[in-house]
Amino acid sequence: MYWQKDQECLPRPELTSLQLERLTNTLKRVGTNVPFYRNKFNELKLHPECITSLEELRSYPFTTKQDLRDNYPYGLFAVPLRDVVRVHSSSGTTGTATVVGYSRNDIVTWSDMVARILCSAGVTPDDVIQIAFGYGLFTGGFGLHYGAERLGASVIPISSGNTKRQIQIMQDFKTTALVCTPSYALKMADVMMDMGVNPNGLSLRYGLFGAEPWSEGMRQEINERLGIQATDNYGLSEVMGPGVAGECQECNGLHINEDHFLVEVLNPDTLEPVAPGEVGELVLTTLTKEAFPVIRYRTRDLTRLIPEPCPCGRTFVRMSRMLGRSDDMLIIKGVNVFPMQIEAVLFEIEGTEPHYRLIVERENNEDKLTVMVEVVESIFFDEMKKQRALVETIKKRLATELGVGVEIKLVEERSLERFNGKAARVIDKRQL
Amino acid sequence: MLVEQIAVFLENKSGRLAEITAILAENAINIRALSVADTADFGILRLIVDKVEEAKAVLRKNGFTVGKTEVLAVEVEDKTGGLAKVLKCIKDAGINVEYMYAFVNKTGENAVLIFRFEKMEEALATLQKEGFTILSREQICSL
Repeated sequence: MYWQKDQECLPRPELTSLQLERLTNTLKRVGTNVPFYRNKFNELKLHPECITSLEELRSYPFTTKQDLRDNYPYGLFAVPLRDVVRVHSSSGTTGTATVVGYSRNDIVTWSDMVARILCSAGVTPDDVIQIAFGYGLFTGGFGLHYGAERLGASVIPISSGNTKRQIQIMQDFKTTALVCTPSYALKMADVMMDMGVNPNGLSLRYGLFGAEPWSEGMRQEINERLGIQATDNYGLSEVMGPGVAGECQECNGLHINEDHFLVEVLNPDTLEPVAPGEVGELVLTTLTKEAFPVIRYRTRDLTRLIPEPCPCGRTFVRMSRMLGRSDDMLIIKGVNVFPMQIEAVLFEIEGTEPHYRLIVERENNEDKLTVMVEVVESIFFDEMKKQRALVETIKKRLATELGVGVEIKLVEERSLERFNGKAARVIDKRQL
Repeated sequence: MLVEQIAVFLENKSGRLAEITAILAENAINIRALSVADTADFGILRLIVDKVEEAKAVLRKNGFTVGKTEVLAVEVEDKTGGLAKVLKCIKDAGINVEYMYAFVNKTGENAVLIFRFEKMEEALATLQKEGFTILSREQICSL
């Protein structure tokens, strides 16, 4: 099912010319209305009105999170505040908060983008959708809410937290679609077990998960434990919020809403485009946003494009699930290590979604990475010999995968903290 | 004639053993025998209890990782050489012992040896053939 079939299935040549027209407009607008961009364009002698191809965007400067912070709160807005009907702010967990704004048209576009994502994940106006993202300055709650209303689904704006109540309401209100982070979905499954609630007795059919990276293994576990079809969706407040990209029911990559966002995948070191299909940092340019356009925003999220056409009929390019963060990348003894690599190995060994924590320390001037792994039944043995062999197996597999040695510490089940929001599985104790 | 044993994963943290025994006591589960194998980081607690399924369920509910294995319980006279006789017979049959532990019954006349062998069925057949007394779970619980 499509929300805006004409746009979502637009043939590539038409899409390209639409993108070029919109890109030129956006560049002209920010070059006129936003001092930050105007100065940069002047410095680099860039003339947006002369653009003739999308590739020319490569000569334009990047926008980073730091730029947003430096222009806190309203410095990058491209319209007067009187035309702004909403502001959101991204959490300040990794530094100063950043502020983004939306015009009335932006809110309509955003709602349509989210309605597309919901539709492609299988949600229809007949569905009852429980939005367990926080409502407030975070874009997740309101973003999904407006999109679901736009679609015409019945919205339960429950917001995040109070898991038992979430489950109670899920039962009583006959929720059919759940929106939250993937780790919270698993937490719900745990709490259901504690409460003696059988997920098969619920009306739940779809789960739309986002706001944190997750793995294919995690999807399988969620699908099995909750008896639903889980899809991934992607967005970030700096660019718009949820609705930038989402999976269709093929569950094989997220379609980027390319008529509104121009996508680049770059090598984070050289900032040159990677070969098609290779992993790199996602860089996005908004094509239609009025209040808060961004040019070449460095998301720091790692992904790769899937250029092959999708059986669903959408022509928008797909990208893989997020493969980590270019700034989450740990450098252990000079080797680049991504937590998702470790998660994938553990999943393979355990056969279930691993709960783990990474501790990075420096001992005698040498990096040491310790992986704390919760012992579930599939990796627990009554014989010490086998238990120790398992530790060795994990060590070897990780060393091969990562190219650097790690320590393994087995810990009791459920002893590692579960997260409601973005999972913070890395504890870096190095003081450099 | 195999006896079910439950195993529990333990981090080396103070009070965990006390917690487990308290949970079992609260649920009126009787421990017949127990052993702990440990390394610097973690331990494996093995238990023979009177109500296996209940013990498993209640420990799981309390967040422990619990496994179940079958072991052999051999009763010997509590006299010098009792264990040696069993081990010799096992050695002659070319079977390896994975682990073992023992307890003495209430009367103090007999000792009960709990074995996990590499080849359980073969070990059982060998010991039975040699005339050793193999105890069932009911027998252990009634000791």
